[in-house]
Parts: sequence; structure tokens; C-alpha cells
Amino acid sequence: MSQPAVQVRFADRRSAISLAAFAALLVALAAAPVWAGRDDLRLLGEIYAYVALASLWNLLAGYAGLVSVGQQAYVGLGGYMLFGLTILAGISPLWAIPAAGLIGALAAVPVAALVFRLRGHYFAIGTWVVAEVFRLLASQASALGGGSGTSLPATIVIAIAPTRAMREFVVYWIALALAVAILGLILWLLRSRYGLALTAIRDNELAASSNGVDVGRVKLVVYVFTACGTAMVGALIFLQKLRISPDAAFNVNDWTAFVIFITVIGGIGRLEGPIVGTIVFFALRQTLADRGALYLMMLGAVAIAVMLKAPKGIWGLVAARLDWQIFPLQRRVVRLPGSASIRNKGEAT
Amino acid sequence: MEWANTIVQGVLTGGLYAMFAAGLSLIFGVMRLVNIAHGDFIVLAAYLALVVIETLGVDPLVSLLVVVPLMGGIGYALQRGLLNRTLGDDLLPPLLVTFGLSVIIQNGLLELFTADSRRLQAGAIEVASWQLASNLSIGVLPLLQFAIAVAVIGGLQALFYRTALGRAFRATSDDPAIARLMGLDNAHVFALAMALSLGVVAIAGVLLAVRANFDPAIGPARLIFGFEAVIIGGLGNLWGTLAGGIVLGVAQAIGAKLDPGWQLLAGHLAFLGVLAVRPEGLFPRIRG
Repeated sequence: MSQPAVQVRFADRRSAISLAAFAALLVALAAAPVWAGRDDLRLLGEIYAYVALASLWNLLAGYAGLVSVGQQAYVGLGGYMLFGLTILAGISPLWAIPAAGLIGALAAVPVAALVFRLRGHYFAIGTWVVAEVFRLLASQASALGGGSGTSLPATIVIAIAPTRAMREFVVYWIALALAVAILGLILWLLRSRYGLALTAIRDNELAASSNGVDVGRVKLVVYVFTACGTAMVGALIFLQKLRISPDAAFNVNDWTAFVIFITVIGGIGRLEGPIVGTIVFFALRQTLADRGALYLMMLGAVAIAVMLKAPKGIWGLVAARLDWQIFPLQRRVVRLPGSASIRNKGEAT
Repeated sequence: MEWANTIVQGVLTGGLYAMFAAGLSLIFGVMRLVNIAHGDFIVLAAYLALVVIETLGVDPLVSLLVVVPLMGGIGYALQRGLLNRTLGDDLLPPLLVTFGLSVIIQNGLLELFTADSRRLQAGAIEVASWQLASNLSIGVLPLLQFAIAVAVIGGLQALFYRTALGRAFRATSDDPAIARLMGLDNAHVFALAMALSLGVVAIAGVLLAVRANFDPAIGPARLIFGFEAVIIGGLGNLWGTLAGGIVLGVAQAIGAKLDPGWQLLAGHLAFLGVLAVRPEGLFPRIRG
């Protein structure tokens, strides 16, 4: 038995540095209630929600090849579960968020059984039909205001924290924690055996399958995981808004079109892409939002241009030039110190 | 008799859905492209007809003489200039680009025409109907629309299986590389398919706009109806698509009869039911 001369590692010095910088940024963001105003906090909270939604969609479409245009189904479901569980079942809003995630995961299993029968593009529109069904069912829920929706009652809002400032801080921290948790879980998933399988599926589904990857099972796991996360983010979004209606909760533009544009502009199939995309999206929105419809037309045009000219997105360009990653994800084979030479494959493993 | 009335109305609406579906099915069949903006093109055609009618003072059906070639031209240019570049093994580019087009068309129409709902006026024909029995009457306009839908689908069927262009469509659909070897210009064939698809869309859009109110936001729902009709009927079968449209129309009519809030839901449930029980559709194309 000889010691292996090489080892697979994720991190290198540069990713360690950038990860440390990212951690420092997180500390600064967690302290935002100290240095930021109310409007800034609200904007940051919204940004976290989009980072989480886009990261989840990136996992689904960028890695598992499941191009869904119906993720608003789970955003809306999560939002409605927040309202239903707090108003009708008396559960605290903070517990309602994980509960919404669990319900989202449970709902995703039968939905997957149906929509997985559709291939490729038809899968995409099939997921949209499911979202429409969810929307129509929500507008039948007369206990939650039917088609016109409802607001979160003051008693429930006060249960989060007694003062308005404190409530805003709590919701802000939940948003940050949820986004970081989702990013962390995706990182963990991608570094696990599933991650290897997913990367293989992303690169070539047929080859992955012929190398023993159970493609159907991996896709199902990713679909259910994404539904769970998306439903939690949905619950959070409507905890930020305090008001829900079927049209807002199951809006294809807000929760799917923008999320897809963000992911593609930032860089699909890379963990950093959705974060970069969200920053670009909000930068554009802050400068052009008063142009209304023209802004949306421009966003659509930018997304089309990026897809045609730079299909790997902004981060794809950066990563290709600099071979740089913030999150330690790429598997690198390194020589262990002290070993004389890299032996041939048979001995090394 | 009341139910017979409901079902007849559903069947007639189904003709319109089949036309939404035929355009969608055509381009998917020829170049594996699903056009997310399909519904928005239907609405665009309705607004083009509105402009033509207001400037020329013609009847909606006459406006088709302008709107159909115009939409066909847009389709050809769009496919050649933009969509051909998205075709390939990866399904994301066509999906994202047509999604982008959908957002652009919707918001462009919103800028130009506001969110107010509009309708095309067709005059006396709108209210004319035939009384078949005490409780059963058929509107002349819905019947005309259904007849046009059948004619369009029959025409597409004939074009696909009887003409040189249809042969080119089927050849590129079967194997684009071999089709090119045989001297076909795929970019041109695909562009013609998109032109034809948007020509059908133009007819469907004008007929829709005569019968119901429209505004810039109703496109996506039309896409979904068309898609459901394609899947219910079975992929690759145009007459099946007509049957799929009728199943969807009847399901919606029955749902609406039970409770107005159930109209759309009943249609979606019929679709999901078919998907659960017979995922290949009711009338899949026979292979060979």
C-alpha cells in the first residue's frame, strides 16, 4: 500500500482569499441595520430574495437541465402558505417559512410526476400550466381573500417583533440568512456526489447516464430541493410585502422572467452568476425604473443580446479570462508534498 | 338542451384554440423551436388589425389581407435575423430569446396602446345566429371562425403532405444535415416555417379580437391554450391538434357552466388529466 501521491481539492489560495472577502462582506451586510437606512434595508432584502431565487433556478436549469418557466408556482405557494399558516392555523410567521418550504417540497413530488413526462421545451411550458393551476386555486381560496387577495393582520405582524424598526431588522436578517443558507446548501450539494453527477449531466446528459448516473433520480432530487427553497423564499418575499394576491404571488414576469434574465446575464451554470446578475439587474432597475415599460423592453433586449453574444454571461467572461472562482467548487488535482512524483493512475488511486 | 348549447359553444371555441396550437406545433415540428412569445404574437396581430381597420376603415375580415402577409414577413425576418442563431442542441437559447421577445412585445404594446382593453368591431355579423332548437342557437361568427379553423388546418395538412414546400419541411424536420446535403437551404426553410406559423397566428389573432376583448397582457394565456391543445391532441398530428383544441374548449365551457371561476381551471385539469393518463396525447402520430 503506497500513499496516494495526488489529492482532489476544491480550494486554492485565490478562492480562499475571495471566500474570506465574501465572509467579510457578509459580516458588513449583517450589520446593515446599523449603517443603512430603511429604504436601503428594504432594497437589500429584495436583492437577497432575488439572489436566492436566481441561484435556485440556476441549479435547476444550469446544472440539472430542467428549464422551468413555472417557478412562480412555488414562490406563490410559499407566500400563500405563509398567509394560510399564520392566519388560519395560528403558526408564528417565523416558523411558517420552513413549513412553507416543506409543503413546497411535498407538492413538488406529484407535480414532478406529471411534468417530467414532458421533454425539453414542453417541460418548460408544462411547469407554467402547473403555476397557472396553483394561481387559479389560490383565487378560489375565499378564506384568503379569493382573487383580490389579503393583507397580513396587524396582530400577526406584531408577533414578529413589537416595534416597527425591530420587525424590519428581523425580516432583513431572515432574508440574508435564507439567501446565505440557500447558497451554502447549493455549494454543499454541488461538492457532494450529487454535484459531480449534476456537473456531468450539465455537460452531457447521455455521457453521464452511460457512466452510471441515475439521471432521472438526480433531476427529481434537484427539482424537489429547488421547490423547497423557492417556497421558503416565496414565504419570505410576502413577509416583506405583508400583502398577497394571486396575480402578485404567481406572477410569471416577477418570479420567472426576471430570474431567468438575471441568471443568464450573470452567467448560467456557475454559482457566482446569479449574484453578479442580480447586482446588474438592480443597478439597471435603480437607474431606469421610472421608464416603466421601456425598462422592461431593454431588459429583455439585454438578455437576448447576452444569450447570443456571450452565452456564459458576465461571470463566464470573467472566469474564462482570469480562471477565478469565489466559491471553491472546481475540483483540482494537486500533488501532495513529499511525494517523489506523480505515479501512474493505477497506483495513485 | 342547455348542456348541448354549452358543448356546442365549447367546440366552436376549440377551433380557435386549434389555430393557436397549429402555429406552435408547426414550428416545433420543423425546427424544434418552442416560441414562448407565440401568444404575444397573437395579440400583436390583433393590434395590427386594429390599426389597419382604423386607418383604412375596413372590416376585420378584410384586414386579414394586410395583417397576414405582414405577420408572415415579420416571422420570416425574425427567424432569419434572430431565431436561426438560437437553434442547436441546447434548449435554453431559443427559450430565453423568445421569452425576451415576449416581454418586449407585451411592454411595447403597453407603451403604444396602453393597458385598456380593445375589441374589433365586425358589425351585424357579431350578433347574428341560427336558432336550431328552443335552447340551442349557433352564432354565425363562431361558426365562421370554426370553419376557418378547419380550413386552415386542412390547408396546412395538404401543404405538408402534397407540396414541395411541405416535403422540405418534413425533410428538415427529419434530419436537417441530410436535408442540407440534398440542396435545401435550412435557414430559408425555417424562416418560411416561421412565416407560415405567424400567418396562422395572424388569422387566429384577428378572429380572437373580433370575439373577445384583448389587451397587451393576454398573450401568455393564449400560448398556454395552444400548448395544451397540442399536447392533448398528440404531438405531430394536425387533426389531433384540432381535436385537442375542441377537448380544451369543451372542458372550459363545462367548467364555466358549473362555476364561472372554474372555466380556466377545468381546461388545465383536462390537460393534466390527459398528461397523467395518456402522456403521448389522444391521437399521437402513427410512426412509419
